Amino acid sequence: MSNNLVEVTVTINGERRSATVEPRTLLIHFIRDYLGITGSHIGCDTSQCGNCSLLVNGRAAKSCTLLAVHVDGAEIITVEGIGKVDNLHPIQQGFWEEHGLQCGYCTPGAMMASIELLHQNPNPTDKEIREGLDGLICRCTGYEFIVNAVRRASEIMADQNSSKEEV
Amino acid sequence: MEKLVGQRLKRKEDPKLITGNGTYVDDIKLQGMLHASVLRSPHPHAKIVSIDTTKAEDLEGVVKIYTGKDLEGKINPVPSSWLVPGANLIETKQYPLAIGTVRYVGDGVAFIVAKDRYIARDALNLIDVEYETLPSIANQKDARKEDAPQIFEEVKNNVAFTYIAGEVLDDDIEKEEVVVRESYNSQRVAPSPMETRNSLGYFNPGDGELKLYVGSQNPHIHRMVLSEVLDFPEHKLQVIVPDMGGGFGGKIGVYPDEALVAYATMDLETPVKWVEERNEHFQSANGGRDMMVDVELAGTKDGYMKALRVVNHANVGAYLATFGPGNPTIDFGLMMSGSYKIPKAQVTTYGMYTNTMSVDSYRGAGKPESTYMLERAVDEYARQIGMDPVEVRRKNFPDKDEFPFTNAQGLVYDSGDYQKPLDVALETADYEALRKEQAKLRKEGRYIGIGLASYVELSGFGPSAVAGAIGFQGGIWENSTVRVHPGGTVTVFTGTSPHGQGHDTTFTQIVADKLGIPYEDINFVFNDTKSVSMGWGTYGSRSLPVGGTAIAMACDKVIDKAMKVAVHLLEADADDVAFEKGIFYTKGNPENKKTFQEIAKAANFAWSMPEGIEPGLEEKMFYDPENFTYPFGTHLVVVEVDVETGEIEILRFIAVTDAGELINPLVVEGQVLGAIAQGVGQALWEEIQYNSKGQLLSGSFMDYTMPKARFFPKIEMKFTHTASPVNQLKAKGVAESGTTGSIASTVNAVIDALTPFDVSNIETPLTPERVWRAIQKGAKN
Amino acid sequence: MIPAKFNYVRAESVEEAISLLAKSDGEGSILAGGHSLLPLLKFRITEPGILIDISRIPGLKGVRKEENRLIIGALTTHYDVSTNELVKEHLPSLAKAASVIGDLQIRNHGTIGGNIAHADPVADYPAVAHALGAELVVHNSDGEEITPIDELVIGPLITMLSEDSIITEISIEIPPTQAKQTYLKFFHPATDYPVVGVTAIAGVNEEGVVDYVRVGVTGSSDVAYRAFEVENVLMDKKPTLQNIKEAAQAAAEDGDMGEDLFASEEYREHLTKVYVERALKEVLID
Repeated sequence: MSNNLVEVTVTINGERRSATVEPRTLLIHFIRDYLGITGSHIGCDTSQCGNCSLLVNGRAAKSCTLLAVHVDGAEIITVEGIGKVDNLHPIQQGFWEEHGLQCGYCTPGAMMASIELLHQNPNPTDKEIREGLDGLICRCTGYEFIVNAVRRASEIMADQNSSKEEV
Repeated sequence: MEKLVGQRLKRKEDPKLITGNGTYVDDIKLQGMLHASVLRSPHPHAKIVSIDTTKAEDLEGVVKIYTGKDLEGKINPVPSSWLVPGANLIETKQYPLAIGTVRYVGDGVAFIVAKDRYIARDALNLIDVEYETLPSIANQKDARKEDAPQIFEEVKNNVAFTYIAGEVLDDDIEKEEVVVRESYNSQRVAPSPMETRNSLGYFNPGDGELKLYVGSQNPHIHRMVLSEVLDFPEHKLQVIVPDMGGGFGGKIGVYPDEALVAYATMDLETPVKWVEERNEHFQSANGGRDMMVDVELAGTKDGYMKALRVVNHANVGAYLATFGPGNPTIDFGLMMSGSYKIPKAQVTTYGMYTNTMSVDSYRGAGKPESTYMLERAVDEYARQIGMDPVEVRRKNFPDKDEFPFTNAQGLVYDSGDYQKPLDVALETADYEALRKEQAKLRKEGRYIGIGLASYVELSGFGPSAVAGAIGFQGGIWENSTVRVHPGGTVTVFTGTSPHGQGHDTTFTQIVADKLGIPYEDINFVFNDTKSVSMGWGTYGSRSLPVGGTAIAMACDKVIDKAMKVAVHLLEADADDVAFEKGIFYTKGNPENKKTFQEIAKAANFAWSMPEGIEPGLEEKMFYDPENFTYPFGTHLVVVEVDVETGEIEILRFIAVTDAGELINPLVVEGQVLGAIAQGVGQALWEEIQYNSKGQLLSGSFMDYTMPKARFFPKIEMKFTHTASPVNQLKAKGVAESGTTGSIASTVNAVIDALTPFDVSNIETPLTPERVWRAIQKGAKN
Repeated sequence: MIPAKFNYVRAESVEEAISLLAKSDGEGSILAGGHSLLPLLKFRITEPGILIDISRIPGLKGVRKEENRLIIGALTTHYDVSTNELVKEHLPSLAKAASVIGDLQIRNHGTIGGNIAHADPVADYPAVAHALGAELVVHNSDGEEITPIDELVIGPLITMLSEDSIITEISIEIPPTQAKQTYLKFFHPATDYPVVGVTAIAGVNEEGVVDYVRVGVTGSSDVAYRAFEVENVLMDKKPTLQNIKEAAQAAAEDGDMGEDLFASEEYREHLTKVYVERALKEVLID
């Protein structure tokens, strides 16, 4: 077993952060254990549940299926970077208003995957939302209120866009 | 101020959770914290010949390795907490690490503590264990055979317990015109909270206090049991459950791993954290269900059920889990006759040791299984007498005037109106039109099926005298302390243990209405044995009917005392003062008043208290309910089966739930939806698979199918409201109903679809291949 | 789950990657999108000594048309394959296959080259690749060579490529424009892998007789395959329901049906026939 150490630098939620790690360090562990940003969670270990989802260079990824060193230099956004309690992102508003979460463990990943879903399809049907959420396992909600939450978020985003256009 | 009970409020819990500010066990980092891993047996049954840990000890960063022998005499076995009486129950000793013999794939062999989780994982591969494999067995019916491998010397034929409730003689069955005889399996499933099991221990040698953060549905039970396992006094042991990523029964159990973390942190005087991997979870977290049930249901040709006799072979795994023995006996056996006036019922349950992981509660715990076998048998009975399954159900329901209704096993159902949810379901579905549509589509070669299940749940776990009578090693009352601060805000302590169910919001609505204070002025303390008086946790849909009632009653006590203070300060007669929406006022002159906040301040300052009244405003309630509560309902499911491939599509799912009065309908709907997904998951996809010898085959979410969003249509939810007379909230509890009704209704729908193919039973989960094979077989006949 | 230790090096060019591979003495593994490799590393099914990261080598992404072929860079992600205008126009079956791989997150990062080089029997692309006889542009110490897809994979997770080989491009011939294309998939409910995935590309001539038919099958067999027998039966026939059904009966003949916890060999064979029939119906009748 050989093991060189590597310095990994990312811009995470707008902040540049570095740590020296083993190359085998998974991105999720890098973020949680080395950078102390713990909103993203591990659920399944095998790339089914998407509880570890976050954005890498603007696109959703499962951070348990990426090596930290692989995304060295990338811009990463986690749940902590999308909105604060007094200034929630539309997806956070949607999840809250529509009771899209119960235990909250999968929620950060669910929201990050949903941001991708709405990025690809800003006005999805319920069927498209359900299919788009294929990379998510939630054990609490039975998904229906997550579907409502994503639909609600798409409405909020559409409103925001149209009011921007008016300005 | 508007009444909050009954409103669909957004949850208080959520701002934290949607911004990444939740704190789950693995989010907590303590100074000097070490990480642990568990080496687990790859064999279902084997003698441990030798364990060589030297290579692992030499790995840089490994701090300590414990084996079973190292801990012998230092940690006690982990006991079961439900010792069902009168069942010749034999409890064997489960040591936190196996000593001499491993009995299931996943049995702990060594416990490694290292500087980080990567090293702890690497060390697993460096421990050499020599095993001598022994004969092994996974199937509980086979385990009872004379020549079956023996798992414990002291347990003949592997029978852990034999439980019999009720009596039905052969003649009671034979004399009836129609007898349905069928076998139904409720396969083993994994509760699968998205957050796996975990714990983080911290021992302070200075004050001798041990703090354990752990994923638990019942921190006080964890404290009580671990105190016994570790020989460590309860008053020095603090169990804290921070945010927790789901439980569903899987985190009721007190597990060996948690005791090991606690032991190691004391031994090393350093914080130790252990977080389970998902594949490890499949090996070593309790499964649910796993019952093989033979049913005889006898009745008349005109649709009256007369006798029900059931033999249940329940797999308990290699050791009895915390609540393990209670599910297939008390929960299953006493609710076996379900929503019906069946005069006679008998259940015989054999609890069987096998070389598999232990089985404990999973959402519904015994009732999904009993409801499944009963509702399947009722459909089969209807088919045999040529009657619509709706009619059979109607004929056998107790009338709403017959409540409280005593079922065949002697349980007294608190209140009910079983026709009503059935009516609502049929009306929502337009049942007659559906049946016509079904006939039309069959002619076109398309096969839709309509499945019904009516269910009644045993919820609101209380009263404690019953707990004692059924061998539950604890009480099942609940407590609440309502502490009113000088400024009039309130902190409420309670012994139920939320992990997603929305207790904070629901309970706040109750308190806000009771005390007439703003929603924002109420804060809760849960999940900490040091802050909260004894409590019994969250399971059995008990948190609202028992815990919520304790809170409401503690509020009543607060108001009683505040009233005395108010009468004193308003210088009025007691009869003349009223309390409404947070204001104490004299009836004659409503302007002569004191707000709740003013009374809070007055009571806390105690400058002028009524004679004989203590200062302060804080009340405690220990509430032991007089009876369980019995939520009920009907599910109606429409499926289409692709008879070429065996695939099932759920076209409609109608769930009519009666949980009594609802505090927050939005939260209730969330519970119903989640529970349905788990029930349908059991019906169609989920299964823990062992081979016949006990080798685990489904070890990750790559083999174990978790339900996903695209598997479901929109669920059509309706509610009826039959008040429970048991508690002042008139609430019955709701978290498990969705699961209890949905397994049977889903399977009934598939079987109904396949009537033209002469299919009457398929083992769950109804995987496409199983359905396809059943069709092939039916088509041949 | 945590991988075993390994070294890591980032290659700046294909040449450098090949020389690193050659030097690694069989210990090297290529890291592209990582979505096929990481699960193996985490299960410790493979424990390479060194990962050679090719994901930043320029020029290995994107799609271009050269005469009658589409050339797809190995590092092109599934998402980019599924949304690329050239792919959607000329190889809609490939776009469709790419669009149903895994899920949104996986499609963003997994690459077509990694997917094919991995030789997983339950990958989606091989159905299309086999149907159209895709060619892989492979670089190794000896230079560049072209490997036809049907020679690449010799068993589950095993290819015939030498240890210093890197797939840089996938080159696929564009079928005639009158041939309609599809990819149909029976999803494994847990993994979204194809229990069976079928590509059918077929068309008829002016007399209404099938003059072009290609069928590729993945998932059900240990190695993906082109269903030659199906094509033979259907070629030069009218695309009637009966003829299609008959042809589909031969769907499993060129494969070697596998078996797992979810589906037996017998059931896989049955599903393969059903899906081939449905795919052919879709392109020839619907």
